[in-house]
Amino acid sequence: MNLTLNVWRQPNRQAQGKMVEYHVKDISPDMSFLEMLDVLNEDLLHAGQDPVAFDHDCREGICGSCDLFINGRSHGPEKGTTTCQLHMRKFSDGDTITIEPWRANAFPVNKDLSVDRSAFDRIIQAGGYVSVNTGGAPDGNEIPIPKEIADRAFEAATCISCGACVAACKNASAMLFVSAKVSQLALLPQGQPERKSRVENMIAQMDKEGFGACSNIGSCAAECPVGISLENIAILNREFLAAKATSNNLA
Amino acid sequence: MSWITKTLTSSIGRKIIMSVTGLFLCTFLVVHLIGNLQLFKHDQGAAFNTYSHFMGTNPVIRTIEWGLVLGFGFHIFEAWALTRRNKAARSQGYAQWHAEKNSEWTSRNMGILGTIILIFLLVHLYNFFWRARFGGLPKVGGANPEVRDLDNLYLAVVDSFHVWWYVLLYVLAQISLGYHLWHGFRSGFQTLGLNHRKYTPLIKYVGYVFAVVVSAGFASMPLYFFLFTNAQGELAANAPSLLHTVASAF
Repeated sequence: MNLTLNVWRQPNRQAQGKMVEYHVKDISPDMSFLEMLDVLNEDLLHAGQDPVAFDHDCREGICGSCDLFINGRSHGPEKGTTTCQLHMRKFSDGDTITIEPWRANAFPVNKDLSVDRSAFDRIIQAGGYVSVNTGGAPDGNEIPIPKEIADRAFEAATCISCGACVAACKNASAMLFVSAKVSQLALLPQGQPERKSRVENMIAQMDKEGFGACSNIGSCAAECPVGISLENIAILNREFLAAKATSNNLA
Repeated sequence: MSWITKTLTSSIGRKIIMSVTGLFLCTFLVVHLIGNLQLFKHDQGAAFNTYSHFMGTNPVIRTIEWGLVLGFGFHIFEAWALTRRNKAARSQGYAQWHAEKNSEWTSRNMGILGTIILIFLLVHLYNFFWRARFGGLPKVGGANPEVRDLDNLYLAVVDSFHVWWYVLLYVLAQISLGYHLWHGFRSGFQTLGLNHRKYTPLIKYVGYVFAVVVSAGFASMPLYFFLFTNAQGELAANAPSLLHTVASAF
């Protein structure tokens, strides 16, 4: 199949970017979206042009690197997939595909389609961890966790920090990401020692990074490749209210 | 800043103020709607004027009125503050943006809907509240000693509801209110963390029913007077016979 691509090109973080039109030919419907971009870059290299920079790593939907905003949607039109899991059979011959980077002031564009998502790392550093005592390895199943709680914590833990929620949100809000991390650890006994400081510090960092607030529109959960639910945001709000009302932190 | 101001100016803190004031304003809508149903009573406005006199003079109501002013004030202020923050979070927009594929129109346009409601509210307050509170209304008069010394707000309502542009503004504002509540009601619960797999579906459908009943209830009043009554608020002879039947029952 032959396609027209409208791709965001931006030489570096400071430069002005613009949409540039490219044509790719003989794309197999079995290719993944990233393989199609590889074909484009081969063509560009052969023509002596600068290839399109885009983030990718595992190419099997686990790492959360392939942050492309395709035809007005995070990770393209297919539900519950990352860009690397999106296949060209979802498009038709002759289609025009618009490819943009995640847009959020907290995610500055490095180059072309590659964005800097280190804001997420700083939010995790602010509280998305648990303290573990050093020493001998503890026995397996030493801490009893009900199956239902373990399942819910695992559902939240499937978040791959890709940033599709931020990209899809009209407010560029990071609430779904932060809520997945907070509720995962709030549900488990291992997360209890830092339970209050975690939510306070992570929300403070989230606000400092310049993400928007949550309007409960649900775009984030609808576009999430791993299906993190809005229930987590309600848990986050509860955790935040409870922590603010009862923690000893006056700052 | 103390921990309290820091909490209330954080992104979640502002949303909590939005939801608390929003749900409080929902209770106001219920009271306002039920009170206004007396407009439909066929007594030349006696019940409505007695009710509006009570609402305008009772010290408890007058105290709660200040809570209502604060509720509207904070709801509007936080909407402005949050919109500013949210717009600042993405200064470079997308060339293509298909939010309609993943969210409801009403949830993305609460600000526009709220602004229409605010414009209506200012006209509405000036037209009824201002005249009722700060004079300008004639007395009811007539023979009935229970109501003859009361301000005749009923007649002001009937007069206003015979002005086509006012009826139009009223109905448009109620449609906006309906859409605002469609998202706002359940969103308020979600922001407060009141989400549960058992109750959230119920809250959602109660919110939908609430939005439709409240907006249709308010919109029915100007439409009723504009379409079916004469200048005194009495049912016109050519009104549907069903309305005559209902009216004679009261």
